[in-house]
Amino acid sequence: MQLDAEPMIDLLAEKIGKLSSGTAIVGIHTGGAWVAERLHQLLGASHPFGTLAVTLHRDDFASIGLHPQKKSTEINFAVEGCHILLIDDVIHTGRSLRAALNEIFDFGRPASVKLACLVDRGGRELPYHADFVAMTMDLNADQELALTKDAATSKLRFDVKPRKV
Amino acid sequence: MLTANPQLNADKTLKHLLTTEGLPKKLIEQILETADQFVSVGDRDVKKVPLLRGKSVFNLFFENSTRTRTTFEIAAKRLSADVINLNINASSASKGESLLDTIDNLAAMNADMFVVRHAESGAAHLIAQHVKPGIAVINAGDGRHAHPTQGLLDMYTIRHYKKSFHNLSVAIVGDILHSRVARSGIHALTTLGCPDVRVIGPKTLIPTAVERMGVTVHHDMQRGLEGCDVVIMLRLQNERMSGSLLPSAHEYFKSYGLTADKLSRAKPDAIVMHPGPMNRGVEIESGIADGTQSVILPQVTFGIAVRMAVMAMVTGN
Repeated sequence: MQLDAEPMIDLLAEKIGKLSSGTAIVGIHTGGAWVAERLHQLLGASHPFGTLAVTLHRDDFASIGLHPQKKSTEINFAVEGCHILLIDDVIHTGRSLRAALNEIFDFGRPASVKLACLVDRGGRELPYHADFVAMTMDLNADQELALTKDAATSKLRFDVKPRKV
Repeated sequence: MLTANPQLNADKTLKHLLTTEGLPKKLIEQILETADQFVSVGDRDVKKVPLLRGKSVFNLFFENSTRTRTTFEIAAKRLSADVINLNINASSASKGESLLDTIDNLAAMNADMFVVRHAESGAAHLIAQHVKPGIAVINAGDGRHAHPTQGLLDMYTIRHYKKSFHNLSVAIVGDILHSRVARSGIHALTTLGCPDVRVIGPKTLIPTAVERMGVTVHHDMQRGLEGCDVVIMLRLQNERMSGSLLPSAHEYFKSYGLTADKLSRAKPDAIVMHPGPMNRGVEIESGIADGTQSVILPQVTFGIAVRMAVMAMVTGN
């Protein structure tokens, strides 16, 4: 099954509304970073922008090991005292958010962090919630919701697939 | 009896790091790419990631080394491991305990990783074959045999400045005979596809049949450096001076010390590397060591990231 993510991005931008000046937009690799790039254009390119790679803070390192990836964290603004709008494509267990917050705090102490996600699919294992969500969806634990970027058009869409174990 | 490659798990992931010899190209590239992620950790406010939290890393230095031990210690601490430094010279070995007894005792303290520096070639292999599954061994230099993390950090440095190994000419200069750094570098360079590796030094300090490793030999440094992209200088150990291998430090510098004049034979954008510690005025002119082509200090910084990568990979696997 496929879902067009494009209208969700517009809806999410609408829900977020106007950002206070100086708010930084930070996306979590990979899907969250794509969404963050788009929101950055929609909400104002003057806001600082960054991306987070959370592999170094994952809590499942002991069981799955270190997967080499070329994406790395890029935070080129002062995190100390900054308001951050954190973006991910999907909020599920909350574990990558915990890793992302740890990664952010390695750079300094932000004034606040708010979270925006395209989809809340439930299934939380940690007490996190999104401040802005475009869509909620009920999925079984054995299903995976993966954001993909079309190589030709750069349009984003979700694929619902059986989860790799 | 050695199995096919004691450093690898059945699924070809890294289990121990003992030597760059026979390390698959893909794995070397994976180590270098993983190190990329760790370079930036050193620039942060909080220079720490939690990958090795709760793990005990034992630095076993049977031979003195300040820099290597320190960079391994920093690497382990930046990965949040608990680090125990043992200077074995001054400890049990002098009371007569055997190497493997020392290892067994530390394993009984629930060690997760041993970083081993030993004057005897093969010490790290011996330990790797002895320890129970789940304990990783990293060779931090064994005799004249191998110093794989130095070889890999040299590859990281070359790749950082030169982007690719194809079309590169790399010269390694000095005491090739006694150098585990040279051996580890040569194996890594040839595996990564570097087409032109030259070794330069006096006849007494070049091993016989070194050409079998895929290198060319030069005794005239000026000619050897012609058109090079990378110059790796090796440390001339003081103890070599006293024997019959070399006439004097002064004579050595005249023939094989890196000077501005000799370096001008290499390409104008050639980089100069040295594993440290340097003997200024013996193998390298002071002005060159501090000059614009020198990448000797970045090597130290990259060394921490490469050691973090290796430690994270052997633990994760």
